[in-house]
Amino acid sequence: MTKPDPMAEIRASFFLECEELLEALQDGLLALDGGDKDPETINICFRAVHSIKGGAGAFGLDDLVRFAHRYETVLDAIRNGTLTPDHDTMLLFFKAADFLSDLVRSSQTGDGLEPDLVEGTLLDLESFTGDAVKEEEAATDFEPMAVSLDLSDFDLPSGTVYRVIFAPEPELFKSGNEPQHLLRALAEAGTARITCDSSKLPRLEALDPENAYLSWTVDIETEVSAEDLTELFDFVDGLCSLVITEVSNAPPDKPDLPAPPPDAVDISNPGAPLASPTLQKSNGTRPTQTPNATVRVDLDRIDRLVNLVGELVINQAMLSQSVAEAGLTSDSQVTSGLEEFMRLTRDIQDSVMMIRAQPVKSMFQRMSRIARETSGAIGKRVNFLTEGDNTEVDKTVIERLADPLTHMIRNAVDHGLESKSDRLAAGKSEEGTITLSAAHKSGRVIIEISDDGDGINRPKVKQIAETRGLIPPGQDLSDHEIDALLFLPGFSTMTQVSDLSGRGVGMDVVRSAIQSLGGRISITSVKGRGTTFSISLPLTLAVLDGMVITVDGETLVVPLSAIVETISLMDDDVKRLGPDTNVIHIRDVFVPLVDLGVELGYRSAPTDYEGRVVLLISQEDGARMALLVDTIEEQRQVVIKGLQATYGRVPGIAAATILGDGKIALIVDPVDLMTRASGKTGTPSEDLQLAG
Amino acid sequence: MSLSILAIDDSRTIRDMLTLALTQAGFDPTVAEDGIHGLEVLDGMQPDAIITDINMPRLDGFGFIEAVREQPQHQTTPILVLTTESAPELKARARAAGATGWIVKPFDPAKLVKALNMVAGTGTA
Repeated sequence: MTKPDPMAEIRASFFLECEELLEALQDGLLALDGGDKDPETINICFRAVHSIKGGAGAFGLDDLVRFAHRYETVLDAIRNGTLTPDHDTMLLFFKAADFLSDLVRSSQTGDGLEPDLVEGTLLDLESFTGDAVKEEEAATDFEPMAVSLDLSDFDLPSGTVYRVIFAPEPELFKSGNEPQHLLRALAEAGTARITCDSSKLPRLEALDPENAYLSWTVDIETEVSAEDLTELFDFVDGLCSLVITEVSNAPPDKPDLPAPPPDAVDISNPGAPLASPTLQKSNGTRPTQTPNATVRVDLDRIDRLVNLVGELVINQAMLSQSVAEAGLTSDSQVTSGLEEFMRLTRDIQDSVMMIRAQPVKSMFQRMSRIARETSGAIGKRVNFLTEGDNTEVDKTVIERLADPLTHMIRNAVDHGLESKSDRLAAGKSEEGTITLSAAHKSGRVIIEISDDGDGINRPKVKQIAETRGLIPPGQDLSDHEIDALLFLPGFSTMTQVSDLSGRGVGMDVVRSAIQSLGGRISITSVKGRGTTFSISLPLTLAVLDGMVITVDGETLVVPLSAIVETISLMDDDVKRLGPDTNVIHIRDVFVPLVDLGVELGYRSAPTDYEGRVVLLISQEDGARMALLVDTIEEQRQVVIKGLQATYGRVPGIAAATILGDGKIALIVDPVDLMTRASGKTGTPSEDLQLAG
Repeated sequence: MSLSILAIDDSRTIRDMLTLALTQAGFDPTVAEDGIHGLEVLDGMQPDAIITDINMPRLDGFGFIEAVREQPQHQTTPILVLTTESAPELKARARAAGATGWIVKPFDPAKLVKALNMVAGTGTA
């Protein structure tokens, strides 16, 4: 392995840090926008921008430095109280934060941004503080100027002799500076003769240890200019009297040089009064460096670990099966040892999955930007709220959710919310509200996008679907069925394709993206009150809690998350509605009965339902189905193996898994089965792959 | 001579860079994330010099320097302020708090090392 370039590593880590800082900035701005008056909030924003600037400077990212500097200046004006943030300022701050994040990204990839864009946002920012900032600008203009102590490469005629008279004041010692060190640094700039003037030194009994009595005269022949010699004393400027005069070009021991003051003292042992108590080198234990809260790990390594754990789960299942087949009693050591092993496997698996899990916060912040940009572009005022920012979801899931969510947020602003005048007419506030929330619910992640708009205009949706030939005209459709039309390919409610949401991407694409993550999407819409899109996702793409069942001798797995309960049927529970349509009567509700064996083509429908087992399946929107199976074997975790790459999409089947006995079992997609069996709205089948 | 240096900055990037620059110069760096953390780390060590950022959460650089100077054993420990601003009033404030000198970010490692050597009295050569 080649040793990685440390600077490249630091650079990579800088961009990671930028992401965190941008997140902190975003949080701070949101808090400010929400009326947070805590001075620490603006400080946090300021520091975030400031740190980005500091790091960017180190890597010579000039555009980033320049922008961050101006931004910081305006934030500083708020920090100092010279500028009070109002709504417009906040909007601009958000815009600037977005822009800063673009700059970070473009700096990372090396793509330049439009210079006009940079200037434009800069001008906007500056217009807020006006001349005050410009003046300050001059004082604090960010120039990478470091103390110049590099005295080796000055191109000056040699042999200039200077006389430096240096008299420290008592304050110099309080700053931690030390005349001896300064004189040594000075002496290294050329050939020097140093004499100490101790004439002001009082008698010992009159000596004030906090006072300074000594001064030094240094005759130095050097190639360095007087300015550079002065700069050596930069740190003690104002803490001493310093006179530097050019004596001549002659060597320092020329007779016309004024004689050095008497009482020359060897510089190696300066008798400067020490304002400090004696320094004691402590040999005490050094504190251990505080451990970092995080470790950066290559994603590939984690993925490898996830795969290995998957194999471990399969292996453990096989082992359990062998043990069971060996006919050992349940109190044998092997059995109890195996139970412990299973528990550990499960713990390892959970822990590994947690490594991949990330809070959805960063993605939510991106969405808040989308909402801002969209609302700005079409002139609707939107209050964008997020809930459950800290809900953790698999990293891959988060990444792959970004596109569908972006589209849905745009839709919500563009189509979901009514125009300003319509809102006012409906007695609502002018500002629309969009809420993006995330939560864990029974082993899945639920992400919801709600608007408080007018709700889905169902007659219009139906009419459009008919016009486009997506459904035969004159059908009697339920509200739910009409809502589902939105997911049909080629559907767009806006007669005039708008600039934002009408980019040729429809809700059908959104849905297949979500389905490819093993997720579901459903709509709830109340006329006049708003629409909620609800996305339900598995916590991970690698394993699944499943119910192992058999149908006609075939072993299958049904995702546990979809199963509400299992029921043992009695013959009279089943009501026949038509030749192929049966329902069962459960607790005063009729639920369609679907025979899994028939659906998958394993066998024909049974004639007798007495004692048969059904799984009650529930969809996110509450629609239910009873799935008829032959036997229930067990409940267990299975490792998902994708089928799509090899077989393409298989109707009603989500993926496959390997069971303990080494056999392959198909994982059923109950919701697809439900849709298929009920034949509602003719929804086409979509990709149902869970994992690759 | 291997100087022991306490470097305090809230930016991980700058801490990494300081660690790299100081280690390459043969120094022995210890890092801390803010003023409070810096004081905690300082408790029990006697660094040859301290480098600190100004803008930090919990306790900023000025506060940190003042707190360090209150401790008798650190009254003469050289403290360099690491700052992105070269504004005179910042220098004045840093000095009033008890800073020995300042380094402007982005720092040149060679110059940082020279400045450290100078304030710690180990020679610039």
